[in-house]
Amino acid sequence: MGRLAAAALLFGAWGCTRSPSTLSAHGTRAARVAPLGWYLVVASVVVVVLIIALVLIGIFRRHPAEQSPPTERPDGLKWILYGGLVFPTVVLSGTLVWVLVVLGGSAAPERKAALTVQVIGHRWWWEVHYLGNDSASRAADANELHLPVGQPVRLELSSSDVIHSFWVPELAGKTDLIPGQTNVTWIEADQPGSYHGQCGEYCGVQHAHMELTVVAQPPAEFARWLAHQRRPADEPRDSTARAGERAFVTGQCAMCHTVQGTRAQGKIGPDLTHVGSRRTIAGGMLPNTRGNLAGWIANAQALKPGSAMPQLYLKPADLQAIVTYLQTLK
Amino acid sequence: MLATVDHKILGKRYLVVSMVFLLLGGIEAALLRTQLAYAEERLLSPALYDQLFTMHGVTMIFFYAAPVLSGFSNYLWPLLIGARDVAYPRLNALSFWLFLFSGIFLYSSFLIGQAPNGGWFAYPPYVLQQYDPGLNIDFYTLGLTFLGVSTTVGAINFIVTFFKLRAPGMSVNRVPILMWGTLTTSISILFAMPALTVACVMLYFERRFGMHFFDPSGGGHPLLWQHLFWIFGHPWVYIVVLPAMGIVSDMVPTFARRPLVGYTFVALATISTGILGFGVWVHHMFATGLPQMAMTFFSAASMTIVIPSAVAIFAWIATIWLGRPVMNTPFLFLAGFIVLFVIGGVSGVVTAAIPFDWQVTDTYFVVAHLHYVLVGINLFAVMAGLYYWFPKMTGRLLNDRLGRWNFWVMFIGMNLAFFPMHIVGLLGMPRRVFTYPAGFGWSTLNLLETIGAYIFAIGVLLFLINVVWSLRRGEPAGPNPWGAGTLEWSTPSPPPAYNFAVIPTVGSRHPLWEGTLVESAGSQIDGGPALEEDHQTLATTPLDAEADLVLHMPGDSLWPLLLSLAMTILFYGALLTSWTLAIVGGVGLVITIGGWFWPVQPWGEPA
Repeated sequence: MGRLAAAALLFGAWGCTRSPSTLSAHGTRAARVAPLGWYLVVASVVVVVLIIALVLIGIFRRHPAEQSPPTERPDGLKWILYGGLVFPTVVLSGTLVWVLVVLGGSAAPERKAALTVQVIGHRWWWEVHYLGNDSASRAADANELHLPVGQPVRLELSSSDVIHSFWVPELAGKTDLIPGQTNVTWIEADQPGSYHGQCGEYCGVQHAHMELTVVAQPPAEFARWLAHQRRPADEPRDSTARAGERAFVTGQCAMCHTVQGTRAQGKIGPDLTHVGSRRTIAGGMLPNTRGNLAGWIANAQALKPGSAMPQLYLKPADLQAIVTYLQTLK
Repeated sequence: MLATVDHKILGKRYLVVSMVFLLLGGIEAALLRTQLAYAEERLLSPALYDQLFTMHGVTMIFFYAAPVLSGFSNYLWPLLIGARDVAYPRLNALSFWLFLFSGIFLYSSFLIGQAPNGGWFAYPPYVLQQYDPGLNIDFYTLGLTFLGVSTTVGAINFIVTFFKLRAPGMSVNRVPILMWGTLTTSISILFAMPALTVACVMLYFERRFGMHFFDPSGGGHPLLWQHLFWIFGHPWVYIVVLPAMGIVSDMVPTFARRPLVGYTFVALATISTGILGFGVWVHHMFATGLPQMAMTFFSAASMTIVIPSAVAIFAWIATIWLGRPVMNTPFLFLAGFIVLFVIGGVSGVVTAAIPFDWQVTDTYFVVAHLHYVLVGINLFAVMAGLYYWFPKMTGRLLNDRLGRWNFWVMFIGMNLAFFPMHIVGLLGMPRRVFTYPAGFGWSTLNLLETIGAYIFAIGVLLFLINVVWSLRRGEPAGPNPWGAGTLEWSTPSPPPAYNFAVIPTVGSRHPLWEGTLVESAGSQIDGGPALEEDHQTLATTPLDAEADLVLHMPGDSLWPLLLSLAMTILFYGALLTSWTLAIVGGVGLVITIGGWFWPVQPWGEPA
């Protein structure tokens, strides 16, 4: 039981730094699975402790004296019958039934999904589209997935290049993003907050830096947020930002990035229409601060070698103007 | 020396070369753990990290775990069954040379800085030309195809040896469990290996000649690879553990001083594990969006396969419980093996539970699970086996006091390195990442793991010191230092080239225990059919082992080595798409095969 106690201690000591733990569910799908997970962990510990005890007792118990030469008697076959056949068959049959019940229960949400979101994997960032009734009501996002609390959301998962896997431990287990097929799953958060997600399938050198933030908001707040996301970018007001927009639209940036409402309609990198309101940049690797933004634009290859963001050779004034412009894109 | 076909020399070479690969894989692991000791470390570049974790997996799984068991089986089989050699001694030499050269082929990738980097599982599309343009993956596809020839050749040799070369009276219900393990493994190899070879050849053609098996933009499908790879890959897990479980089943009776409890059940469990192993591959693919109905079948099969393992575990425990255990280094490794096996087994059940597997798959929980399985069931059994049979191979015992240190350092290091990985995985840390952020509560556990890995490395070092010391100064062993009951202990240590002066007759599972521990069953070690000429051994019938034929054993030959060299040239030709090299290699293959089969005697005369 020492290991169980140690494990409990370790789980308990995490109050200060919150881990994206698979056993602390904050959403319906994960909540249906977490009790099964706890059962498996606890049952495993119990079985291991029992068998270690059997081995130790078997070694150190008082054994038949030397003078009686051991033969095949007793044959010990009851050990195999009860320990090797009956015990695992009973425990595993029970476990399998529970697995199937949970599996059936997590296949689909109880209510119809309120919203469909497309998530497309890229090396190494997440493209996110909130679908609406028509193309005008779509909204594009990157490395961030906003959810209305208490409402199931349907996810359509695909990939533009290699296999990735969508995973937000506290909300939902993994579903792969596979080029050439669309996997459909769902997610639901039961309390507001932000949750850490991470690519769950090795996808190349920057697999470690393919992170996702899931932001769960009260439904009204989410609706306001989504309405804003659907709008094109505001015209920049101050002169530096206007210079930034000009440099952005006429320079290299627009080849890969889109800012709705401008002529920048590149489709290779993330849509930057509302980049200023995002929490992170660079596939969730860096907090979205002015310094990080400038560093990323100036020298992406040093920060994230192998990423599709090229080495740009911008004039310092242009760089500063572009950063200012991007920060206005709330 | 280069021409030898003696199974004992080849077996020892297999053991030494696979231990060298164990050390190489271990050095790679130490580098990976050093990189992960602290959050956001920058010791290794991401690209180098990917090459190292890929090579660590490929090395340990393909070039250590399976060949080391082939080494034991090569060395031991003829001694266990009272034969002079394996069925095809020259094929045995070929199998060894191909193994060595395919390993050198794979490791030559480091010389040009392009070692495989797609993980040991190499999932397309990531490994396709457009995402991974170097030679990295070509070393992988060709290296594994190359090694596959060696593995297949070896498997055929074991199967025929099992059914034809057992001493008279050694019916199939009297063979040591190691033989059942390796037989099951060899048959599994014949069915599993083609899937890997086909997949690798397809991937090679896709990368180098523009075919589209896996690329969705050309009408292929990436999941095709995953099915092919895991149809091979999961049976392979059992291929690298069943002979190790056999080693344990054969050693436990020696140290518990009584016959194995439930021999028949353990043998049947071995075979059924091998068969069930082909029905569980989809549990590696639960997150790929397959239909739920299909997945439930594989979840149930993955749980069913636990039962034969439980049979084996309880057979060992019962044998210890009902016997009189002797505490020494080999026994410590056996006991440690059982503990690690159980931990690795139950964590496997956790990953078979589909909804929870969606959480733990591709996290450090799985890293913990697979290391408990591979280090626990393979390496600890191998260590036990080395301490047990080293005296047979060299004539000297390994030092027991150093051996106990060896065990405890390795056992503690192993658990410190891998147990916290369960927890860090449950806390959401993905695997195959070159670094991790500091704020998630993973840092302390990772540092512990790294310390554990270093301690484990010290344990391996103690073993090497013990080998070097004992080779010179170890206590002379005599033929049977452990008072064991099986045939190999009736020969001098080390055994002479011909193994047995006369072919023994076997009457029970423990010929050497007859009269002391079990009732006499008529085994004859010293008297039996003496064969008239050199280089002969006796063939018997497949099930009951009644004397059948006198076989001529071939003498030493350089052809296996030359054939392997020709094949190496062929594979470098394919790697570099140099048709000149490929033709040179191909012509070399034709010449060496011709030379190998050139009739020694004039036609028509009996051999």
